Parts: sequence; structure tokens; C-alpha cells
Amino acid sequence: MKLTTTKRLERLHDRYANGDLSRRTFLTLTAAAAASAGLSMPWMGRALAAVQEVRFDGWGGTVQDAIDKFAFQPYTTKTKIKVVQGTFGDEDEIITKIKTAKPGDYQVIHSSGVNYYIKYVNAGLTSEINEANIPNMANVLQPMIEPFRKLTPKLSAVPYDYGTTGIAYNTKVISPEEAKEKGAGLLLDKKYAGKVGGYSDMTTRVWYAALATGQDPNNLKDMDAIWAKVRETRDLAKKFWSSGAELMDLLSKGEIVVTDAWSGRVAALQDQGHPIGYLDPAGSYAWMEDMLILKGSPMAECEELINFMLDPATSIAVAEGQSYPPSLDPNKVKLTEKIEKLPAFDKTGTMKSLTFADPTYWATNEDAWTKQWNRISKGA
Amino acid sequence: MLVAPVLLLLIFFLVLPIAVMAGYTFFTFVTAGVETSALTTANWHEFLTDSYYSGFLVKTLRVGAITALLCGVLGYFPAYFIWATTFKHKWLLLLLLIVPFWISFTIRTFSWINILGEQGVINVALLKMGIIHEPLQMLYNEGAVILGMLHFLLPYMILNVYVSLESIDRTLISAARSMGCTSAQAFREVTLPLSLPGLAAGLLLCFVLAAGSYVTPQLLGSGRDALFGNLIYDTIMGELNWPMGATLSIVLFVVLGFFAAVYTRYMGMSQIVKGLGG
Repeated sequence: MKLTTTKRLERLHDRYANGDLSRRTFLTLTAAAAASAGLSMPWMGRALAAVQEVRFDGWGGTVQDAIDKFAFQPYTTKTKIKVVQGTFGDEDEIITKIKTAKPGDYQVIHSSGVNYYIKYVNAGLTSEINEANIPNMANVLQPMIEPFRKLTPKLSAVPYDYGTTGIAYNTKVISPEEAKEKGAGLLLDKKYAGKVGGYSDMTTRVWYAALATGQDPNNLKDMDAIWAKVRETRDLAKKFWSSGAELMDLLSKGEIVVTDAWSGRVAALQDQGHPIGYLDPAGSYAWMEDMLILKGSPMAECEELINFMLDPATSIAVAEGQSYPPSLDPNKVKLTEKIEKLPAFDKTGTMKSLTFADPTYWATNEDAWTKQWNRISKGA
Repeated sequence: MLVAPVLLLLIFFLVLPIAVMAGYTFFTFVTAGVETSALTTANWHEFLTDSYYSGFLVKTLRVGAITALLCGVLGYFPAYFIWATTFKHKWLLLLLLIVPFWISFTIRTFSWINILGEQGVINVALLKMGIIHEPLQMLYNEGAVILGMLHFLLPYMILNVYVSLESIDRTLISAARSMGCTSAQAFREVTLPLSLPGLAAGLLLCFVLAAGSYVTPQLLGSGRDALFGNLIYDTIMGELNWPMGATLSIVLFVVLGFFAAVYTRYMGMSQIVKGLGG
């Protein structure tokens, strides 16, 4: 098939947008092509203009405050490139916005690991990172990178931190002994009816129902039993929270006394002096987060930003600030005592002590289960 | 000629978006965030055959109607007071009605958590006074949702009724009084009937806004207190199922449009325009 000049240039642009070509190579080739064809492409102006800012969207709250303070502000000081920030409470929300935006409007996302990575891949929103531009990736835990590479051999995201969704409880009402004894069963304890909370998220609800019914969360056999347990928690719950800020608000104000909760947010509450305990029951839901570069982003600058964020000094400062362990391999990088004490921290670097969701298994069931959870959460 | 720019604006900002949305209802959902333009009636079939959706629609209309009626009852008195007062700086009272709009709607809604919550003002005060021994459960129920919507919608109702009252020729009331009516009779026979168009406009406005609301139920209600707007939000933002979300959006648009059309048929839209214009 013979390609038209325009088609060739469009392909060239795609390669540039995906990070296969540096800006210099791209401009050289485009300029040569334009000169020979007597035309110029509309994106040339954009590419020629130096990148002044990078767009980042994250979870807001204490997590993003830490990233801003310890990574973005020093990055801007060093490079003069501003990091424009947005926040979201639920990652599906930002995916909807990205779908309706032009490529490049949204650039770097603090994404919720492999489960969400699949959604970006399916929707054709991912880029291709040039790993050579992120030398600090050498320090990143391989067990965290592998699941991403299984989905796309050429990565679009770099793992950045991880944590667990364990059980948080008000120590004025529930003793650590009781919490340890009942574990995930606390969410189904009728004694706390009307004072139970939970994350309004299908994966978390199904995961904890799996633990309550003694099933493997990555190989569920009896979905009827799962939905029955989900309903049971719903009927005991006062409120299913939908953001980290709401979780902290409900716990700190005593509206709820027990909930499944993100480890880092609980650590932040503990730092503020609230009487909140935390435990990871057996099989607790572990997750990782990554820095995802979207299609159409200025790749060189985004890669440079991520490399800066992965610098051990930066990454450790961010991890201490947001209270989530970094993706750095503790066998390669000396981490601080504070990090080693964080909930979910895996000192072996193998991640074998944590139970992650099998992305392929959960992706297969995601649509149907999300729909069912949405109905149950509304009383169905 | 003057109509042309208006028509263009209407087409671009109203007709076209709704048409695109309507088109989406026939698209095929593949998986979260992915749909194809292969045409199907599956989304409409699901809506029409699944009682889950119709149940929520009825509930939404019920909550919208209750909210609008409460707005009518509670909004009429302040509107009447502002109209009837001889206070020199009446503009100040009208300004007070608009002041809440200077604060973000979300923040205003969140403020109810600090009022109705277990450690909110009411519970803390009642506990300290020894009137109650356990905090009252006032949040995350339908009552809290309706209260939040009342807070947001009352100014619309008051302004509509006030504008309607302002258009009443006061000599009619004087005439009624001079013919032997008591103040109450003059109100019942003259003021109230003549202010009904404003009240009706306020009711429609409050009903439509309440029925289309999703932030208030999200913040002040539990999952069970969700309205049709929350269903749309979850379908589009949670399930990333745009075709079904578009179908539900069109349904809500048509149903609320039906009520607006009925109102227009009997009352006309001029009263609402007057009310919104202050």
C-alpha cells in the first residue's frame, strides 16, 4: 500500500506522541518532510514551543500534598517546568474526563495500579514510555513492574507506591484485642450496626465479602454468597465513603467506628492524634499505584518528571509524607526507619506477603460486578 | 433576521448536545470505557424491562415533589414578609436571599454534616443539655437529603413568589378591605390567588432542580437515598457505560421536560423568567 505524505507525517507524529522519537528527531524529520512537500503540519507550532508545564492529576488530600511538596515543587525549581495539578475522588471519574478531552489535555495520572491500567489500555489512552529516559526505574521493585509489562510489553506507567486496604477502627470503642480477634469480621459485627463504614468501590466490597465467606478473592466460586455478604455490610453501614478526605472526616468525627480504609490515610489520622487503630487481616486487599503517562503527552518532560520523582531522596520524602511505602526496592535503596514502620511495607522486596488482585481475573468480571455493586449500594 | 443568532445558539448549545446524547443511547457498550457505534436498542430494552430504573424514577419524582411542596410552604412566608414589610431598606432583605449563592454549593451542602452529624452542633448541644443520651441519627437519610435540597432551593421559591406578589396592584387589597374583608380574607381572596402563578413557577423550578439533583443525595444521603441523577452518575462515571448513561439521561430529560411542558401549557413560562430575573 502506498502511503500519502500526510499519512506518513501522521504516523511520524504518532511515534513522537508515543515517545518513540525525541522531539529533536521528530522536528528534524517533519521539517525535512515539510520542506520537501512544501507544507507544514498543524502540530509543528505546538512541538516547536518549549514545554512550560506538565499536567498531573491525583487523589488530592494528604497524598497529593506530599507529592507536591517533595516532588513537584523541587522539580519546578530545578527545571522551570510547572506541574499543573488536578484531583479526583474516583479514578473512573478522571477516565471519563480524559475520554472527552483532547489528547494531551491530561498527561500524568496517579493511577490505581494494574486493574485501572487495563481500562486505559482498552480505551486506547496509553502512551509508550522510553525506559531509557527513566534511569531511576532500575531501583523500582520488579514484582511491581511485571504485572504492567504482562499487559503491555512497552510500559505506559511506572509503579510508584503501594498500600493496603485494611481495617480501621476507633480505639475508644473497639480494643486492639477485639479488632485482632475479629479481623475483617468487624465489618459484619451487628454490635456496630449504624457505625460501620466502607469504601464505595466494587473491588473492595467484593474482596472483603470474599474474606468473610472464606473464598479466594482471585478465584471466587460462590458469587451469591459474596453478594449476600455485601448486602449484609450495606445494611450495617452508615455510609460508604467515596474519597480519602471523606474517609478521614467520617473516622475523625466519630460518625463511624469501623471501616475498611486506606493504610496511608489512617497513618495520617494517627499522626494527627486521632484514636484510630489499623490492622491488615489475613488476605487484606493490597494495591499499588503508578504514574501513568497518557497518549499525546510531552513524553520527554513527563519521563523526566517521573525520573525525578523516582530519585531515592524524592521518593523517600514523598513516601514519608503520604504514608505509603515507595516502589523502591529495599534491597537496592536504603529506606528510612519511618518507611519500614508503615503499614503494608514489604521488607523482602518480593511482595509475596501481600495479596494483590489478579488483573486479568478482575478485568473479566469488572463490568458485571460493578453494575451489581452499584445496584446493591442503592438498596437492591 | 434577529432570530437567526438565537436559533444558532439554541441549535449548538441545546439541540445538538441532546441529539448527540440521544444518538449515544443506540450505541453498543463493549466494556468499561469502550463502546462501538454499532446500533442497538439494548439500552432502551434494559431501561424499559428492568424495574430497578422505573423504581428510582418514581422515587426521584416523589422526593422532587416533596421538596418542591415544602419549598412552597416554607418559601411563601418570607416572600410575603419581604413584600409586605415597610422596612426602608427592602433591598437588604433581597440581598440576604442571594448571599448564599456566593458560597460554593458543595460547601453549603457539606456544612450540614457539621450541623446534623453525631458531633454536629445539634447533637452536641442536646447532649450537653442532657436532653438526649445518644446522638440522634439525622444524617445519611432521606430527611437529610430533602433538608439539603430545601436549603439550596428556597431562595428560588422566595424570589418567584416575591416577584409575583410585587406585580399585584395593592389597590385591589385596599378595595377588598374597604368592602369589609378582614386582613385574612383579603389575603385569601385577593393576594393568594394573584400570587399563585409565582408559586406555581417556584414549584416547577424547585421540582425540576430537586429531581435532577445528585450532589446533595451523594453527600447527605446513604446509598439507598440515591436519586435518578446518582444512577446516571454511577453509570457514566462508575461503570463507564456511556450508552446506558445517555439513555438514563434522556429519560430524565424527557420526564422533567414533560412536567415543564404541562406547566407551560397552562401557566406559560413568563413567570419563571420574571422570577429568575428578580
